[in-house]
Amino acid sequence: MFGLKTSKISLFSDTKKLEKDIDEFVNILSEVGLAFKSIVRTYLTHSKNGNFDEMVEKVTEMESKADTITKEIEHALYEETLIPDARSDVLRLLEHLDELIGMYQGNCYHFSIQKPDFPEEFHEDLIGLTETVVSCVESLCLTVRSFFRDTKSVRDNAHKVTYFEKESDIKFSSLARRIFNSDLNLDQKMHLRYFVEKIDRICDQAEDIADELIIYSIKRSV
Amino acid sequence: MELTILLFLLGGLFLGWSLGANDAANVFGTAVGTRMVNFRTAAIICSIFVILGAVISGAGTTETLGKLGAINALPGAFACCVAAGFSVYLMTKSGLPVSTTQAIVGAIIGWNIFTGSSIDFGVLTTIFATWIICPILAGLISIGIYIGLKKFIAASKIHLLRLDAYTRAALLLAGAFGAYSLGANNIANVMGVFVNISPFTDINVLNFFIITSVQQLFLIGGLAIAVGVFTYSKKVMFTVGNDLLKLSPLSAFVIVLSHSIVLFLFASQGISSFLTSLNLPAIPLVPVSSSQAIVGGVIGIGFLKGGKEVKWSVAGKISIGWVVLPIITMIIAMFILYILTYMFNLNVVF
Repeated sequence: MFGLKTSKISLFSDTKKLEKDIDEFVNILSEVGLAFKSIVRTYLTHSKNGNFDEMVEKVTEMESKADTITKEIEHALYEETLIPDARSDVLRLLEHLDELIGMYQGNCYHFSIQKPDFPEEFHEDLIGLTETVVSCVESLCLTVRSFFRDTKSVRDNAHKVTYFEKESDIKFSSLARRIFNSDLNLDQKMHLRYFVEKIDRICDQAEDIADELIIYSIKRSV
Repeated sequence: MELTILLFLLGGLFLGWSLGANDAANVFGTAVGTRMVNFRTAAIICSIFVILGAVISGAGTTETLGKLGAINALPGAFACCVAAGFSVYLMTKSGLPVSTTQAIVGAIIGWNIFTGSSIDFGVLTTIFATWIICPILAGLISIGIYIGLKKFIAASKIHLLRLDAYTRAALLLAGAFGAYSLGANNIANVMGVFVNISPFTDINVLNFFIITSVQQLFLIGGLAIAVGVFTYSKKVMFTVGNDLLKLSPLSAFVIVLSHSIVLFLFASQGISSFLTSLNLPAIPLVPVSSSQAIVGGVIGIGFLKGGKEVKWSVAGKISIGWVVLPIITMIIAMFILYILTYMFNLNVVF
């Protein structure tokens, strides 16, 4: 009997820890986005500033922390056989969110290594695109939180993700067109297009995850 | 205790084992089948509460079975138990969740026919009626609870993981309640036929309380059920939890709870007396089938979800089992009674 009682107490404390871990993971995703926004702005305005490298390093640390949390959650869900009916959905969700953090980090690294030369006339557009992308992921964070607590709101929040993804597509097309209509050399045009496209892809991934979340929430509500 | 009495009691214990392997599996079947509760935990809780239910509240339904056929000779009781136990074992082996209740009623009718005793058709009709009412009631209760719970969860915005932990705890509690109700309701099947001929005497424990001979009988019956749970119920648990309908943990909890409520309603002398005191019709204290209650609950949830996911072929197979089981048991009982009477020269009736 005592063994059972202890395991019950342990189950509830494990649950609280996991809830905290998942919240923290989503916080990291959100913070990495905000950091990315600052990184792009800092790069464009003060590309030679040492602060940029520190910020990229910080994103790397956050990405690594997110990896650790994902592994801990994964182990706990399997070892404690928690949420048997939603476990695979939650694990897939975390994996895809982790990829999203990886995409942010990848973008930061590419800026740091390849140092693309964005002429000033494109700065505002690039910052605008980045802000839309970060807003898109922010909406995804809300969708993820609502999946865990309030499935009815998943669709509403996912709709915002879709809205920002479309906005991002528009901004990407406009910026890409402007780049290719400019007098830059083709190699530079291709280089800049690569960066713009990579940033826009974050939104595509966010929208895919939001679509998955709608399906998961339907599964939970049936 | 004489050796022959012990030998005859073994028939009841065999039936108790069958009940543990099949009926008791229903109680935690959905919880274990959905992997919300592991088998060991389920078996421990189930065993403890089946025994408690049998010893504390087992008397009510025993009276009804006694009315159906007052088996007054140990060899007769032995034949009924072995017949019921054997037919339930056969069904368990083929993975069908059947009911010990139906088996023992079939066996008692067989005894009545063989010995030429009169059958109380009033009681028989009551029992048959509850077999129809029981799954319908369980289905309706499960629909009601499920709708209420869904609304509550949506309004309270509980975190998925916390909901999972609460559901686990609720499954254990509902399972414990279900096991208690099963012990109270179904011990009559296992030991009811031995009540009139109990070989035990009352034990006075330090002038504090008395363990009656019937309670001692029910205690060993309860222990036999517990052995059945531990040794043979795992397969049936997974069958109940997965075959009929793919269940969510929440549905699993709702089904166990509605099953437990139905079993408790048909076993509670307190509720029956309370309704009588209010000049309302009393609930007949009849040993109902845990399988029927569980299947009724599962189909209720299935209907709520549109009915498409229910495997009706499995439901049909189970229903046919319910009709066939009492008939087969009746025939087996008569066959064993024949052997005991004419080959071993034993009196199966006084």
